[in-house]
Amino acid sequence: MNVLQTRRLTKEHGAGASRVRAVDEVDLDVPEGQTLAVMGPSGCGKSTLLHLLGGLERPTAGEVWIGQRRTDSLSERALARLRRRSIGFVFQAFHLVDELSTAENVELPALLAGRSLREARRRADFLLDQVGLADRARHLPSELSGGQRQRAAIARALANEPQVVLADEPTGNLDTAATTDVLRIFAELRAAGQTLVIVTHDERVAATADRLISMRDGMFVDDTRLLDGTGRLAGLIGLEG
Amino acid sequence: MQDAVLAMLAKEPSHGYELRARLQQSLGPLGESMNPGQIYVTLGRLEKAGLIVCEPSDSPDRKVYALTPSGQQRVAAWLTEVARPKPDLAEFHLKLVVAAAARLADPVELVAAQRRELLRILREAQLAALAEPAGSTAVVLLEGVMLRFQADLRWLDICERTWSTPHNEPEDT
Repeated sequence: MNVLQTRRLTKEHGAGASRVRAVDEVDLDVPEGQTLAVMGPSGCGKSTLLHLLGGLERPTAGEVWIGQRRTDSLSERALARLRRRSIGFVFQAFHLVDELSTAENVELPALLAGRSLREARRRADFLLDQVGLADRARHLPSELSGGQRQRAAIARALANEPQVVLADEPTGNLDTAATTDVLRIFAELRAAGQTLVIVTHDERVAATADRLISMRDGMFVDDTRLLDGTGRLAGLIGLEG
Repeated sequence: MQDAVLAMLAKEPSHGYELRARLQQSLGPLGESMNPGQIYVTLGRLEKAGLIVCEPSDSPDRKVYALTPSGQQRVAAWLTEVARPKPDLAEFHLKLVVAAAARLADPVELVAAQRRELLRILREAQLAALAEPAGSTAVVLLEGVMLRFQADLRWLDICERTWSTPHNEPEDT
């Protein structure tokens, strides 16, 4: 079953002669449980594509489906509701609420979706433990490192058990060690069957996906499946007897 | 590898199997292709060259090796030696040049195929790094390997930009 689907999805910016197609008639199917990475140079349309998939922007033309629901024609209210319940967002700049503790940030989406405080807390505790931040639950975001903030943001994205997690340059502001932590969490999500779409510049992030799409000028120019276990690594030793 | 094995003996005289275990621990997944006999072949060569000697041991089939004075000198020299970087890019670069010039193949396609191969090996390195236990020194080596591949991938982006713009084709073709 496809969790995400687009048909002839198009987004144009600007008007008249300066009109640009950021996303140009894109057909995409993302089956349940897939980790998809989208790469491409700045301005290729990959972030716009992610915003269209998540209902943060409206397409100029074409269709977006999340599960069985077509989202591009929903009312603002219905779309906001669907976003809260079915989609988890992870951004490069984390976008945590500075005045709330780590735990409160993670509880917030569940509360907004109408869950009880008790339920929201239980879920937040569980998620913070999963991302290795159980001992940071009462800290403010400003007291966390960049890597810890992004892990908190991932926990928040998972608060409502979304059908899909959409991540926009999730490691863009992180150092190597923090990137490794995020990749480890993504690997766990993947093992748990979470559908994940990641827009990234980071080749390490792209390489750990199941599938990699390359975008140029609003279109897909390559769509590759990355498979495990090829034994290439052992041949790299570079030491001679 | 001879130099590395020799330098490992600078800490203390060791058995071949101890050296092998230390090498494998340091190399992690990258050391998996080393065959078990390789360390003994290396030790044999080092002994023949007079860089190590076999010390008397209680068990004759478990030889303990130690550095000779010339072995110590060689270790000191090796440690201060600076390795010259060797970027293996010229061949692929020439492949793109001739493919475009003689219209033998689409350079952009060659770049895409090379990119896929690099991503596969980068994936392997990244998954291996994630699987290593905390504090593993082999991870440091894997990080280095990944950074090299990332640099190669970025260079491929430049190649793609160059060869997908028609007016950038060499004018003498």
